[in-house]
Amino acid sequence: MEIEAEANPMDKYLRADRIPHIWCPGCGLGIVLNAFLHAIDELKIDMDELAIVSGIGCTGRIAGYINCDSYHTTHGRAIPFATGLRLANPEMKVVVISGDGDLFAIGGNHFIHAARRNIDITVIGVNNYNYGMTGGQLGPTTPLGARTTTSPYGNVEHPFNLCHVAHASGAVYVARWTVLHAVRLKNSIKEAMNKNGFSFIEVIAACPTTYGRRNKMPTGLDEMKYYREHSIIRHGIDPSQANIEIGKDIIVGKFIDIEKPTYSDAFEELKKRVKK
Amino acid sequence: MNYWVEKKEKQIHANVFIIKDRCKECGFCIEFCPQGVLKVSEEFNSKGYHPPKLVETETKKCIGCGFCSMICPDFAIFVEKEEENEKN
Ligand SMILES: Cc1ncc(C[n+]2csc(CCOP(=O)(O)OP(=O)(O)O)c2C)c(N)n1
Ligand code: SF4
Ligand SMILES: [Mg+2]
Repeated sequence: MEIEAEANPMDKYLRADRIPHIWCPGCGLGIVLNAFLHAIDELKIDMDELAIVSGIGCTGRIAGYINCDSYHTTHGRAIPFATGLRLANPEMKVVVISGDGDLFAIGGNHFIHAARRNIDITVIGVNNYNYGMTGGQLGPTTPLGARTTTSPYGNVEHPFNLCHVAHASGAVYVARWTVLHAVRLKNSIKEAMNKNGFSFIEVIAACPTTYGRRNKMPTGLDEMKYYREHSIIRHGIDPSQANIEIGKDIIVGKFIDIEKPTYSDAFEELKKRVKK
Repeated sequence: MNYWVEKKEKQIHANVFIIKDRCKECGFCIEFCPQGVLKVSEEFNSKGYHPPKLVETETKKCIGCGFCSMICPDFAIFVEKEEENEKN
């Protein structure tokens, strides 16, 4: 039976007065938010013990929609902000949700060093291959050959493979999903949030408005169909073997899941040793 | 022969809730519903989009998997399972 409704069960985690959100029709960001809310619902997380930190960009708007301590920081600085929160309050679960440009261009150094130190936070990096908010400029994940406002004849810069960057920098948990894999993404978010140490999930999401329509995928649905036909799940694969190239299959899955002392663990150890 | 017990199948069925004014007509729920029970409607919502509608038949029914609600970017659709009485 079809029933007309006024509210969604997930509204309890949202600042529902801000819905509808600002994202374009067919944008993948709503699915990332949705998967995240389903994950915290299943984990039964106390919203008073959860902090969400975003940087700037369309993805950066996610924090503002979640009804907990959520911070919209300056461009590129979500991770140092989250590091401070995490070290000051070890009880708190701290999750960074931000875009490819925010986390890997202007904020790239923060990412690699937080992963190297094994700061106990979860980073969800939404890769839509461009700077959506500012009109679709080329960014560090734009695939070779892709057309953007600043590469109208095709991109000639080699992109980052974000999962490879995360692994090489020391992350203890690394996974990649597209937004079509919403259920697997939700499960991965749960796993990552329960993981001790720096966990990273790359989410491939459509940005039809500023990226897709310049790259022969003018609607979100076009891109979702591409994910259906071209995603291959390869758990445990070396992330260096999972580059993203135009027209090729997208390799997704849980690539890395290892144990390593976190920064906080090591620091507590040190304190004990020095105080003796 | 009373030891032949006929298997009684429990039919899982679910209600589909649609918040029409939130829909931006991305088409994801319609395309990816594994049962194919959603369809674009003729009606306009307050933003000028056509929200989805449910079109169940005798053989194609919502089974309450909830995938539409997982991939809806706009929190505009969800399902609730309802366990129907046993068949027969
Ligand atoms: C210090 C600073 N430099 C530049 C900008 C302009 N700016 C806003 S968002 C953005 C890029 C966002 O890209 P991404 O993180 O990929 O987010 P998306 O919009 O694609 O989700 C830039 C360069 C800014 N706000 N602040
Ligand atoms: S510009 Fe792109 S990333 Fe931003 S809301 Fe629109 S589709 Fe989404
Ligand atoms: Mg981006």
